[in-house]
Amino acid sequence: MAKTVVQEFTKGLWDEVAPFKLVLGLCPVLAVTKTLENGVGMGLATTFVLVGSNILVSMLRNIIPSKVRIACFIVIIATFVTVVELLMQAFTYPLFLKLGIFIPLIVVNCIVLGRAEAFASKNGIAKSCADGLGMGIGFTLSLGLIGSVRELIGTGTLSLPFLYNIQVMGDGYRPFSFMVEAPGAFVALGLMLCLMNLVPKKA
Amino acid sequence: MGDIIVLAISCIFVNNILLAQFLGNCPFLGTSKKMETAVGMAMAVVFVMVMAGLITWLVDNYILTRLGLEYLRTIAFILVIASLVQFVEMFLKKSIPALYAGLGIFLPLITTNCAVMGACLINIKEEYSFVQTLVSSFSYAVGFGLALILFAGVRERVILGRVPKPLQDTSIGLVTAGLIALAFMGFKGMV
Repeated sequence: MAKTVVQEFTKGLWDEVAPFKLVLGLCPVLAVTKTLENGVGMGLATTFVLVGSNILVSMLRNIIPSKVRIACFIVIIATFVTVVELLMQAFTYPLFLKLGIFIPLIVVNCIVLGRAEAFASKNGIAKSCADGLGMGIGFTLSLGLIGSVRELIGTGTLSLPFLYNIQVMGDGYRPFSFMVEAPGAFVALGLMLCLMNLVPKKA
Repeated sequence: MGDIIVLAISCIFVNNILLAQFLGNCPFLGTSKKMETAVGMAMAVVFVMVMAGLITWLVDNYILTRLGLEYLRTIAFILVIASLVQFVEMFLKKSIPALYAGLGIFLPLITTNCAVMGACLINIKEEYSFVQTLVSSFSYAVGFGLALILFAGVRERVILGRVPKPLQDTSIGLVTAGLIALAFMGFKGMV
């Protein structure tokens, strides 16, 4: 049952959307989703690394000996992370400061290594690229969603990525700061997972 | 001496690596369904994290900084950690096969455990000395183990209860973790 390139792309958006369905790569999901902007920024950085590493792994899949493949994948991923780190430091410095050590930690995001091992090392370049892009966009959307829920409830504002903050709730709204604190992250993700489970599965 | 104790307490409780800094959540949720695997994971992390903390400190201070290669930090650190994990895996496979089988996929995944890499990066970022690095790596690992084992204990009880269907498994796990994190917030302001 071979899937088309389009199907490889779309599965990352819902069927296998990483943070919810596979429960992988949770650390950035919990840590950087205090605001919508942080979430989206992190998601885009991860997408870049995912696509880059998927393409390179897929190109080299016949050359890398299977015994040392994990080490090779990690070096490839670490290279792309270094690229993204330097790029963000140069062009989006405030975001770079906010995300802090979570940018180098994209290296150890299970999703990236998981896709390299489970998908890119067995499939062609076009499919791997589509897979990485789909997974990355799914990840970005999930981070953005969690970030906006937490920010909206926690502070009453919404920070549009790379633009400005907008006040959503009225002046009478008292921010429920629990949501932007550490425990709120766990609870918010847990409840959103519950909502997602309520959506009936496709046959 | 007093500084060291303060550092240890703050790393174990106040800045708990799992619940306050959100590092290493994949194994936190993955291996916490049974007490046995949780204890095994905690031990493996203590060992790997202390070794990794010390070696990455040496690598950073004596090789990378001297040669002006700080931008290679990410790659260098992950390689050190990956080879360490390989070593622990070989050791467990030979001497404690039962534990090796129990940890399953999560042992190689220590490589991608952001707690280990994260602790190493924090040590460098805070410009700790060698002794401080030793203490903080060990304390972070102890904090990780403490939170993991506490969580596994709670989770074993939760499984027995009647949880609504959509909330089952990971979902209720996350909410439970949130409540434990809330308890750990009580330590804030202690140091």
